[in-house]
Amino acid sequence: MKVSLTVNGEEVSASCEPRRTLADFLRHDLGYTGVHVGCEHGACGSCTVSVDGATARSCCMLAVQAEGCTVTTIEGLASSGELDPLQESFREHHGLQCGFCTPGMLATAHELLRDNPDPTDSEIRAAISGNLCRCTGYQFIVDAIKGAIRPPHDGQQRDGVVEPGAAASSRRK
Amino acid sequence: MKAAAFEYLRAASCDEAVAALAGEDTAVLAGGQSLVPLLNMRLARPRLVVDINRLADLSYLRRDNGNVVIGALTRHRAAETSAMVATDLPLLAAALRYVGHVSTRNRGTVGGSLAHADPSAELPTVAVALDASIRVQGSHGVRDIAAPDFFVGPHETALAPGELLVSVSFPVVPGAVSVQELPFRGCDLVVVAAVAVEDGICAQARIAVGGAGPTPIRASAVEEALIGRPVTDAVIAAAVAEFTCDPPDSLHAPASYRREMASVLTRRAIGTAVHT
Repeated sequence: MKVSLTVNGEEVSASCEPRRTLADFLRHDLGYTGVHVGCEHGACGSCTVSVDGATARSCCMLAVQAEGCTVTTIEGLASSGELDPLQESFREHHGLQCGFCTPGMLATAHELLRDNPDPTDSEIRAAISGNLCRCTGYQFIVDAIKGAIRPPHDGQQRDGVVEPGAAASSRRK
Repeated sequence: MKAAAFEYLRAASCDEAVAALAGEDTAVLAGGQSLVPLLNMRLARPRLVVDINRLADLSYLRRDNGNVVIGALTRHRAAETSAMVATDLPLLAAALRYVGHVSTRNRGTVGGSLAHADPSAELPTVAVALDASIRVQGSHGVRDIAAPDFFVGPHETALAPGELLVSVSFPVVPGAVSVQELPFRGCDLVVVAAVAVEDGICAQARIAVGGAGPTPIRASAVEEALIGRPVTDAVIAAAVAEFTCDPPDSLHAPASYRREMASVLTRRAIGTAVHT
């Protein structure tokens, strides 16, 4: 079947069998290799992408279900060539080692900060509880997400949206 | 770990979906959070997958004569964040927070969780506690099934071949609520309780236990032992002692442990609800 969708702002289409997961479709048929395929049954969170503005495990969606949808992968976060504030914070706080879980962590953290711009530590931990990391022990990831929380005087924070590509200098140090 | 090949139909109407489901060896694809992993692991190998995700008329939340009716395709996250559910169905709102993670709740559907009929899942347990009514559509038209009759066994429901779950109606019941879980793999237990207290006396109680048998169990004996009595610790303990179940034995948790934990969680759920 032919599947047409928008990925990171670009309209793309390719053919695949109905059994193709969205994860495999993005990675193998469209070349978005930032989609990391781990457990293939919705347990590890590595393949998490945004579908029509909400995170989804792309291994638990068929590609044919994404017909007409708008998908954002990790490649869409730094499309301007600069890391977005959350990515920058992950780098600064050593929020990754091998990097396998990182695309899913970032998608999840983006949604968290959009819906809850000033999360507590326990809310951060609950939010990433469906994303497995076997390297960092999570503390640095929690630190990185906290580091990306905008200070209260930043007007954009109250909009509840962390804009990809927003100035890294607005980050709280 | 890739799915076996199957045919795929993106249904454009309920009637089209129901007609397709009348064929041999079909599966309904709603949120896909259980079905797609089963396909990937080849534990499910249907001939035809009927995708109902484009049936927008199955996605709604509305009040109807003392009930809240939820369309089968309503996402968990939409129900969880609904002001109507928070006000009228606090037990469902509380239980939904235990379902998977935000990304699974973004996709997973209320109807899908009921039709999947995992014996330890939150939504079936809430449906049994509240005596929800489940509406299914087939070539014959629609019929309503009471939740206790809908759940037949583990992952087994009263849905006949060719029927599609289209909505669920939860009665609005008074009282404060609590959901308690022991969510370890291999020993999933969930207890949901809504308890109304007036002048220190239990006026109404709805309690169900998931994961302690082949289907969620309504703790009717516990409810009866509470209603009309003061909600003291002693009364709660005596009421919980009325609960009986025959849970499965496994490597992870022997039946005796599950039985004891079901009682502990039930006591906690009632205690938390009455002290809220």
